[in-house]
Order: sequence, then structure tokens, then C-alpha cells
Amino acid sequence: MTTNIEPLPAAAADAVEPARRPPAAGAPKRPTRKRESRGTLAFSRSAKVRAAVKHAILIVAALVMIYPLLWMVASSLRPNDVIFREPGVLLKTFEAGNYSAGWNALTNPFGHYLLNSAIVVLGTIIGNLVSCSMAAYAFARLNFWGKKWFFGAMLLTIMLPFHVVIVPQYILFSQIGWVNTFWPLIVPKLLATDAFFVFLMVQFIRGVPKELDEAARIDGAGHPRIFLRVILPLMTPALATTTIFTFIWTWNDFFSQLIYLTSPDMFTVPVALRAFVDAQSSTSWGSMFAMSVVSLLPVFIAFLIGQKFLVKGIATTGIK
Amino acid sequence: MSALSELGKLKKGAAGGKRDNKAAFIFLLPWLIGLATITIGPMLMSLYLSFTDYNLIQDPNWIGLNNFVRMVHDARLLNSLRVTFTYVLIGVPLQLALALLIAMVLDRGLRGLPFYRSVFYLPSLLGTSVAVAILWKQMFGTTGLVNQLLAMVGIQGPGWISDPSTALGSIILLHVWTFGSPMIIFLAGLRQIPTMYYEAADVDGASKAKQFFKITLPLLSPIIFFNLVLQIIGAFQSFTQAFIVSGGNGGPSDSTMFFTLYLYQKGFGEFDMGYASAMAWVLLVIIGAFTAINFYAAKFWVFYDD
Repeated sequence: MTTNIEPLPAAAADAVEPARRPPAAGAPKRPTRKRESRGTLAFSRSAKVRAAVKHAILIVAALVMIYPLLWMVASSLRPNDVIFREPGVLLKTFEAGNYSAGWNALTNPFGHYLLNSAIVVLGTIIGNLVSCSMAAYAFARLNFWGKKWFFGAMLLTIMLPFHVVIVPQYILFSQIGWVNTFWPLIVPKLLATDAFFVFLMVQFIRGVPKELDEAARIDGAGHPRIFLRVILPLMTPALATTTIFTFIWTWNDFFSQLIYLTSPDMFTVPVALRAFVDAQSSTSWGSMFAMSVVSLLPVFIAFLIGQKFLVKGIATTGIK
Repeated sequence: MSALSELGKLKKGAAGGKRDNKAAFIFLLPWLIGLATITIGPMLMSLYLSFTDYNLIQDPNWIGLNNFVRMVHDARLLNSLRVTFTYVLIGVPLQLALALLIAMVLDRGLRGLPFYRSVFYLPSLLGTSVAVAILWKQMFGTTGLVNQLLAMVGIQGPGWISDPSTALGSIILLHVWTFGSPMIIFLAGLRQIPTMYYEAADVDGASKAKQFFKITLPLLSPIIFFNLVLQIIGAFQSFTQAFIVSGGNGGPSDSTMFFTLYLYQKGFGEFDMGYASAMAWVLLVIIGAFTAINFYAAKFWVFYDD
């Protein structure tokens, strides 16, 4: 029997829907609130005034939240002495010199550290996607000995503070000579230690109708094939969420990169920034801000591209 | 939704049916290896090390409870506990209160919701980065942005991060600044509350405040609880901000010496790994105790409507 599971696009599209909708946070299913149901009053005058006040408050609050970031970007384009007396964000002059100074301030040009971070991020993303999706398939679709216990253990590891494992992990990795390599940062991800994502994917796969698996099985497909050809293509939203979160968290991660990467050639962006702060006197804020802006840019771009997935990911699993 | 509610469901038992042990364990193989070598193995190892004087060079010697006894007499450690507790007990409630407040303002079919949501959410993605910690260090310095702004209204601000009485406060503020992610969880929760409850309350003439306390708060309590548990677990492990703002030493006068920062200094600065392991287990017990207290207290205030 041929295992043609291609002609499923219509069903596949349906399958994505239920899981896409966040099975929102804990609360039992109830009819969702209809936004317009209070509409009769919406156009009355007091409602209009209230909305205007609300917007005014929100805009002020948003500005307060974002102002430090705007100011940092503005200051990165100012001479050092101006940074200390200009609290505004409008630029009168435009000083790109901080960027070239900051770029070359450390042993290696800053691009070197960006590249190191990119390698680590790429490795962790691949590791998380492969290992977490495999584990999630087993938990969501297969029945096996000790499943409840393993699943419970997986959930508990999500909440485990990593400090209780970091010392022995460091000893282990230093004994196999992995300090000052990227392996201690990547290998754990290949072993699905970011259990968060296993959980996120389990939740997602549970929303995919089982009939699709059954149909493939009747066509003679085994589990590897069902996983690769049915489940994996349908769970791309969950994979996208995992990719973006892994990207941002790994890019920002400081603690583990700080302890494993001690040679300047191996520094990633956060560790390099820290070395920058330590090396410079407080007179070179301009170039420090410039490199800080450079380091935040990838996260900001990831945020712009992946907002939809980030918001859904948080709403469904409550991850940070 | 959450890992927490999943844990609760476990007791209810799995559906029967055919077992696929072989296939399942092949799929689980990477995870199982990771569980054994990256999680459980190191956990047991660190438990063992916490009863030794291991320093990475010499073989570990069993010293019984010495590390734990030493902790009780270690004034810096006790101080670091005080600093961490202050941070968690002030920072988390403030952050969650702000998250809930903004979520409620955003909830009622507001125009421009996606825009506001993005702006409020962005800081929580950037807040744990070294770059933002550097920004904070400047902002709350003697001649930093905050004091420049205060000077405009004629106030001479202190050196926030160089004064032991305000340094921790500026780091707590950084934590509050990242209220965006719990806010999004609150938004998802608020959307689940049926409008008819509020309509009925309006008909009955209940005030907005009364509606908040009698409808919103009880129906949202499972989500408040969930946010509380996760944020507390996370806050106890904060490290980057204090490390960068204080230049790695937890200063001034140990006022920003978080427990994790002290653990880092002991373990990876002085390679006193036995002591650091013991500290890690103390942290685990503290976090576990807080979580247990939370779950116990939940019986009295969390309302499940099913």
C-alpha cells in the first residue's frame, strides 16, 4: 500500500485552527465576550470622553515605558559630554563616531561577538526544534510505560531553578574540555532540556485532530512518518513560537555564557558588553550605548517579525 | 493552559489503550538522555557536593553539614537572602499589580489595542539583557537620565545606584518595567470572562469597584495565582541586572548582592563549589517552599468556576 498522505490540505488547514486559538489561560471554556455588546452606549458623549481620557493615560504610560530606550538610541548618536546634560530625545547633531569607536573597542571587532552569538543561537534553535518536537510527539500521541511519571517529571523541570544543576554541569563540561567552546550552550538543547517548549508543542499537537493520524496509519504510515509528514507540517506555528523565543532568550542569556566563555575570542554579545562595561571608565557611555543598541537590534527585529507568535505563546503557556 | 494545571490533572489518570513503548522511547531518547545527564545526574551530584569541600582542583572531602552551618554564620549570605526577599516580595506584587491594571484598561474593546500591547510588551523581552542593564546603570547614576529629568523640575536627585538605600530600588524598578508578559496572560484571562456578568451587575446597579471585586477578581484569580507562582520562581533567580548594575560585586555595601550573585561569586569566582552547591539547594528549598505556600494559600482565595 502506498502511503500517500499528501491530499490533506483542506483538513490540514482546519487542523491548525483549534490549536491556534489560545486555550486561554486556565479558565474554563465559556462563551467569549462579545466586544460590541455594549455598543449602544459606545457613541454617547460620556463614553467618548472616557475613551479619550483612557487613550491619554495609555499614551503617557507607553511613552514612559519606551522613553529610556528612545533616549539610549538618541544618546548613542551624541558626543559623551552631551549625554550627561541632554535628557531629551531629539537630535541636534548626529554623531556616528560612537558606533565605530564601540565596534573596535574590544580585542575583536564587535562583529566577531555578533557572529559568536549567532552561532550559539542557531545551534540552540536547531536543538530545541528537533529534540523538543520529538519528545512532544511521544507525550501527545503515544501511549507508553510510565508516561504519567515522565510527563510529570518534564513539567517539574520547567520550574527547576537552574542553579541546582549549574555547578555539576560546569564540572562535567570542564572535565571534557568544553569550557570556552559553544558546546555547553548547545548540547543541552539538543537533549530537550528546555522543557518549556516540549510542553508548548504537546499543547499544540493535542489540538490537531487525531483522525489525521488515523488516516495516515490506515495508509500504512508508521510513527516516524506520521510525525514527519502529518504532525510536523501542521505544527509550524508552534515551531515558529519556539524559534522566536529560543532566539530571544539565548541572545539575552548571560549567566551560562558568562561562566562557560572566558576567552575573549569566544565571547558572545552579552559577555562582550559586560567586558566593555568593565574595561571602560564611565566617560565612554556613547560607545557603550552604541553597542548596546546594536545588541538589542536583533531582538527588536525578532519581536517585530514574530509578535503574533510571541503573544500566542505567552497566552497559551504562560512563559515569560 | 499552564504547566501548573497540567500537574494537577495528572492524578486523573491516562486513557488506556495500546502501548507503543518502542516508538515512544525512540522519540523520547534525546529528552531522556538530557533528563539523566543534564538534569537529574547533576542534581544528585550537586546534592552530594553540598556536603563536601570541593574546589575543582582537589578531590571532594565529605564535611557533613559544615557548609550549611557555615551559611548560618555567613553575614554576607544572610544579607543576600534579605536583599533577594526584598526584591521578590516588593518587585513581584508591584509588577503584577501594574500588569493587571494596564490589562484592564486595555481590555474593553479599545482602539489601537495591538499597538499598546506591543509597546507594553517590548520591555519584558529586552529587560533581562545586558544592554538594558547598562542603560539602567547610566539612568540611575549621579548624572544619569533620571537626575537630569529631576533637575528640570528643580530636584537634586541622589546617586541612585551608588547609594545603598536606593540601589536595590532601581533594580526593582527594572523588574516592574517588565510587566508586559504577565499583562498578556491577564489579557487572555480577562477575555474569558463573559460580558453578561457585567451586564447583569450594571442592571443591578453595582458600582465599577464592586464589579471589579465581585466579578473580575474572583474569575481572574486562577490566572493571578498562575502569574504569581511563575513570577516568584523567576524573580528568585534574577541575576543579570544586579550583576551589571553593580559591576559584578553586588555593591554598594552589598545592597544589591542577590543570592544568585553571591552563589556565582562563591562557585565561579572562588571555585568554592561545595559551598555554592549547598547554596543552590537552599535556593531550591526556598523556591519550593514559596511555591508550596502559594498552592496552600490558593485554597483560600483562588476561585475555580467549574
